Amino acid sequence: MSDKILELQSVDAGYNGKAVIRDANMEIYGQDFIGMIGPNGGGKTTLLKVILGVLKPFRGKVIYYNVYDDQRVKRIGYLPQFSVIDQKFPISAQEVVMSGLMPHHGLTRRYTREDRKKARQMLEKMGVSHLKNKVIGELSGGQMQRVFLARAVIGSPRLLILDEPNTFVDNKFEGELYEHLRELNKEMAIILVTHDIGTISPYVKTIACVNQQVHYHHSNVITEQQLSAYNCPIQLITHGDIPHTVLRKHQ
Amino acid sequence: MIELLEYQFFVNALWAALFTSITCGIIGTYIVSNRIVFLSGGITHSSFGGIGVAYYLGINPIWGAAVFSVLSALGIEFFSKKGQLRHDSVIGIWWSFGMAIGIIFIYLTPGYAPNLMTYLFGSILTVSQGDLLFMGLLSLVIVAFFFFFYRIILYISFDESYAHVFGIPVSLMKSLLISLVALTIVVNIKVVGIILLISLLTVPQSIANQFTRVFSRMILYSVGISLVGVISGLLFSYSQDVPSGASIIFALILLFGLTKTVFYLRGKLRPKN
Repeated sequence: MSDKILELQSVDAGYNGKAVIRDANMEIYGQDFIGMIGPNGGGKTTLLKVILGVLKPFRGKVIYYNVYDDQRVKRIGYLPQFSVIDQKFPISAQEVVMSGLMPHHGLTRRYTREDRKKARQMLEKMGVSHLKNKVIGELSGGQMQRVFLARAVIGSPRLLILDEPNTFVDNKFEGELYEHLRELNKEMAIILVTHDIGTISPYVKTIACVNQQVHYHHSNVITEQQLSAYNCPIQLITHGDIPHTVLRKHQ
Repeated sequence: MIELLEYQFFVNALWAALFTSITCGIIGTYIVSNRIVFLSGGITHSSFGGIGVAYYLGINPIWGAAVFSVLSALGIEFFSKKGQLRHDSVIGIWWSFGMAIGIIFIYLTPGYAPNLMTYLFGSILTVSQGDLLFMGLLSLVIVAFFFFFYRIILYISFDESYAHVFGIPVSLMKSLLISLVALTIVVNIKVVGIILLISLLTVPQSIANQFTRVFSRMILYSVGISLVGVISGLLFSYSQDVPSGASIIFALILLFGLTKTVFYLRGKLRPKN
């Protein structure tokens, strides 16, 4: 496979000398859509930090393939976990989206007309172009996540990482989000961290269970038995026989 | 009024008003947006320790204040991180510790005890040419810094961890910014004094915030508003023969009350649809 983006080789990583993740191995390819699940404290966020390059592993290697472009910009998009932002902070939605271009611009370069246009297009794509001049704190949870998704993809990343994007948002946006992701997946690999594998299961292509170690599951269908074999004690929310049983048993 | 311009001290005061408005307008917007008003209060008060020590050693108090305020700005961050203490508790401790050091050293200094009131309440009319040089230089530095790093400052202030992920030197930038906050405080102590300074860093911004919610405009409006406030306070102080620091703050708060009322009434009167 030539479109490999990222490879983790026996990575140990954590904080203050204590490893949260041990011997993690993973390969990510250009067309991947990985649902990442695991218990709280199992190391999902730590693993993301390693992939983003913010946290240096104690041991092992993180190898990027074609992630850096000619200008040595790391082409990874990131939608952080929903965090409480300052409601009064004086920044407009459009400026937030443009901040996604910061790795492309160095410390002092100012934004061009082109960048503004791009930001507007992104907001348009997410269906919130009418909010471009609104202060970010005035937006609802769903509108805010749309803006943050626009920020994550404005730099045309090769890999998009989303950390629990479906917390605190309305159901309408959740459905829309997955459709956006399906569309974006044509151009970039996606890692989606979630606690609700049941809902996203039809959208993701593969599943990674993170609990100290990383177990890669080459399918979007997973059973309770398999999860326990992966040492991944998360509660599966089966949606019953009707309307859809996404967590059907493997043959 | 025109004859006032014949007095060198008054011309100096006008220059001071301009530099105060530039430094406090820009830095105050950073402080207010980042909600570090209490931290800034702590830095302001702890700088008094530097003034006391400098007096004792017989050097220019502004140098003492500069060293103390920059060190306390960086120190508060350091201790709350490494000492695992609550950030605001560290500020509270530092705040009073600086004041205590200042008082002890000033009383230890033999001979004439300097007029503490000047440092506590300020006096824009006693600003010297040397003070103006400092203020002018710092204004230049701050304007240039915010011009070149505007976006980065905005992004770090808004979402620090996101900036960190994309390789922005967040802690370096934050240290530089907090040092500029400390220096702004130091050069403006002469103008309104330690006790009143925090309002120059918050009131113009609160007025500006009623007109705009854009960071860059907040900076520009704050500079203008603070210029209006400082000069009217100065004239009021001259005409009524009351301390200038207090009149400046009074003028600014009056302006705040007026704009707030106007915006409140406008909101009330606007027909609901």
